[in-house]
Amino acid sequence: MAGSVPDERIESLQATALEIRREVIRMIFAAGSGHPGGSLSVTDLLAALLFEELHVDPARPEWPDRDRLVLSKGHAAPALYAALALRGFLPREELRTLRKLGSRLQGHVDRGRLPYIEASTGGVGQGVGMAVGMALDLRLDRRPSRVYAILGDGECQAGGTWEALMAGAHYRLANLVVILDRNGFETDGSTEAILGIEPIADKFRAFGYATIEIDGHDFRQILGALGTARATTDRSTAIVARTVTGKGVSFMENTHVWHGKAPSRAEAERALIELGVPAAEAAL
Amino acid sequence: MGAVPRESLRDAYGKALVELGERDPRLLVFDADLSGSTRTALFGSRFPDRFFNVGAMESTMMSMAAGASLGGRTVYASTFAVFAAGQAYNFVRQSVAYHHANVKIVATHGGLLVGADGGTHQIGEDIGLMRGLPGMTVIVPADAPTTRTVTFAVAERTGPAYVRLTREDLPTVTDGSFAVGHANELRAGSDLAIVAVGSLVGRALEVAAELATVGVSSRVLDLASVKPFDEPALLRAARDTGAILVLEEHSVLTGIGALVAATTSENYPVPVRRVGIPDLFGESGDAWALLDRYGMSAERIRDEAWELLKIRGKVQ
Repeated sequence: MAGSVPDERIESLQATALEIRREVIRMIFAAGSGHPGGSLSVTDLLAALLFEELHVDPARPEWPDRDRLVLSKGHAAPALYAALALRGFLPREELRTLRKLGSRLQGHVDRGRLPYIEASTGGVGQGVGMAVGMALDLRLDRRPSRVYAILGDGECQAGGTWEALMAGAHYRLANLVVILDRNGFETDGSTEAILGIEPIADKFRAFGYATIEIDGHDFRQILGALGTARATTDRSTAIVARTVTGKGVSFMENTHVWHGKAPSRAEAERALIELGVPAAEAAL
Repeated sequence: MGAVPRESLRDAYGKALVELGERDPRLLVFDADLSGSTRTALFGSRFPDRFFNVGAMESTMMSMAAGASLGGRTVYASTFAVFAAGQAYNFVRQSVAYHHANVKIVATHGGLLVGADGGTHQIGEDIGLMRGLPGMTVIVPADAPTTRTVTFAVAERTGPAYVRLTREDLPTVTDGSFAVGHANELRAGSDLAIVAVGSLVGRALEVAAELATVGVSSRVLDLASVKPFDEPALLRAARDTGAILVLEEHSVLTGIGALVAATTSENYPVPVRRVGIPDLFGESGDAWALLDRYGMSAERIRDEAWELLKIRGKVQ
């Protein structure tokens, strides 16, 4: 549980997350397109999952008893690819091929091209449905595996998300955890200005989820919520992770402008310096 | 046609599904609140632990079915065609087809033979939509025996499939022989080829029998396997007869007629006429009367056949 996580583990996760964020900037700059805002907001959640919570083995990515991770907000692919590379699922140098013709690193996450991508996503509102199907399959087989689906907040405007949440609750899938990366922004602006989704935690509660609200950049809170979810055996858990879009890069934070735009060379280098890369090594 | 017995394709599907469930203990079935109509309820009462009636959420049913299949299961998902191919299209596309998921979508109530429920429940676009999806197998059985064979055949083939069934009982016109990718020649002939699918295969045989009485020899091909389809058999028919009449209870814009015309045009151009649903939505009414009203009557089929025979100089 979170309280017992030693400081060194937390510091290690923070260092890993920082490295993921640097890779996100480098990858999206190299690609010339991509989604930095939502990649940087979900980074800490991914780091906590892949480096602490999930039962996965890079040497056996298809191990049947692995925990499943569905990145329903598939546009945050750069963060997931970077995390998988650091975790040993793919060579780190391959990250630079993001979005290039022939690359395994598709613009939105793509099952079958890379190890440990459980579902291809991108069109919103389908990831939770696939996660529910996986959770049913695993429960029928009496496997210990758990399924984690990471939702974007724009996806909470999509009907399919709520259909799937209803199904997860109906089937009492205790092996299902839905994590909302609540960064507040979608392509055209803030979710609340476009089509408000609040009070979102109440909605999850009303749908029958054990609902936990956390700061999605505080590793103790993230690990605490994931631990509580693992201990919940009678229903699905929803974790509303309040995050900051563009987290870690001042000019990308709290704006929709960087939802789906690549930084220029100067912007990328400035971002890397803000992320602690020494100026001498930040040149791209 | 009075002598030909009619049987329910849906019953054939439901019964075959139960047999499949006996054979494959990991097989799952999903339905979206239409299990009585689609007959998946037969599976549901026999195997309640492996049956998921998800309510009226056709789109998410496709994602759930895909997610449940990725660990190696065969999963069937059923609802009406208008919901399976129409309502759920992008979920079939991304969750099922894009993953090449082992999901067999068996859609009942295709076409206009839905009848009284009207235009919102009928669909003439589903075959075109599903055929356009990379990797999707598309099958349109003509009768109950073929439906039974097809239900088993799609399970043998890994990957997504769309099977379109008809609500109405249809005349039993085959012995159930079916193989994916093979057309079924139901009648030999050399003056004209009639290529038909689903509910209109019966009418194709009727018209062919009538034409025979005046000395016209018609070949009837049941193109149940729409994708992959039997291109050699189609081109043989083009070469041997020189004229093709296509019958389908589907939009002529995007259906089998379009497929046949494109394929012959590229390989062996012959006159092709299309009988099917025009560029219109349907309406309520007696099911078979709707087919007549929307241009798929036996009379219209006969007229189109004569036109082709005239073009080829085979009749005056």
